[in-house]
Amino acid sequence: MKKESYQNLTRGIIQENPALVMLLGMCPTLGVTTTALNGLGMGLATLLVLILSNSAVSIVKNFIPSTIRIPCYITIIATFVTVVELLMTAYLPNLHAALGIYIPLIVVNCIILGRAEAFAAHNNLFQSLLDALGMGLGFTLALVLLGLIREMLGAGSAFGYHFIGENGYPILMFIMPPGAFLALAGLIILFNKLRRL
Amino acid sequence: MKSNSLIRLIFVMLIVACGSAAILGFVYDITKEPIKRANDAKELAAISEVIYEEFDNNPFQERTQIPLKKNKGQVTLYPARKDGKIRAVAIKTSSNKAFGGSIELIVGFFLDGTISGYKVISSKETPGLGSKVSEPKFSEQFIGIKPKRKTFKVKQDGGEIDAVTAATISSRAVIDAIQKAYDAYHKFSTRM
Repeated sequence: MKKESYQNLTRGIIQENPALVMLLGMCPTLGVTTTALNGLGMGLATLLVLILSNSAVSIVKNFIPSTIRIPCYITIIATFVTVVELLMTAYLPNLHAALGIYIPLIVVNCIILGRAEAFAAHNNLFQSLLDALGMGLGFTLALVLLGLIREMLGAGSAFGYHFIGENGYPILMFIMPPGAFLALAGLIILFNKLRRL
Repeated sequence: MKSNSLIRLIFVMLIVACGSAAILGFVYDITKEPIKRANDAKELAAISEVIYEEFDNNPFQERTQIPLKKNKGQVTLYPARKDGKIRAVAIKTSSNKAFGGSIELIVGFFLDGTISGYKVISSKETPGLGSKVSEPKFSEQFIGIKPKRKTFKVKQDGGEIDAVTAATISSRAVIDAIQKAYDAYHKFSTRM
């Protein structure tokens, strides 16, 4: 039992990393990772929603008939996303200013629905929490790494700290969509190697 | 009763929807005031950032709406007064020609119409590209100039403003918004 809990927690980080191994949630992965900080913010916001929605789904799973589970899950997820957005606007306006436009996108992030459907709907509250934590951290890790690579190559800075001069020429392409695909491919290769160790 | 009968499905969906509506209504209610305060504080901070002259009133409370011609909407003007006399103004303006829809700025003007700076209030520009219009490298070009229709454009359009690399559309939107603010200021100062 203890081993199972440990596995549920760590599985999402490398072995079944949602973004780099399962290739879920590609839209935010490619779209928001122009800087490492954006990746971190999006990762943490997703982690929070994932924890809330996995817990809620694992609590109500027995009351929801399987034919309408998807609309029910989406309603639950959308509710939590909106709650997180409202709370953030009210109490953390600076963070919201940086992340505002990405928060609504979390609703359609298939990692959240995927975990609700594949894990939380069949497991108890505690295991679902561990799974959400692991998957969320794995997603955050993937987004921060991708953001860091793109920011360093494309803007010459890391977490907003410029390490090349005003007039240096970074490889601008890495900030733009083609660079996102290239950097993502590199990270997938790395994680496939890591996974087989 | 079959466990998947239509009535049961509708009933469960209804309960989920009601629960969700209740939670949302509750959270909306408790965050309404803090959100309004946070937005007001943001605007006030932006106003004092773009106005260099000293002022002793609250420009936010004395704001007035100025309509633009040709149904181009309206802008909000915040007068900064010292001893009752207007020393400078800040104008909240917007453009819907931005890459991500609309962009909202607060522009500061000296009394002769010279720009004293601007601050982006809200935008949906691409992070890392279009969002750079709020960085000093781009925004400092505007300080101390008076928008003239002929030259107040990006270099690609024959003007004298250096657009942000790979974000010409966002740069044009900022110029468009500032031009609107200037037109409104012009109207305001001739009436004054």
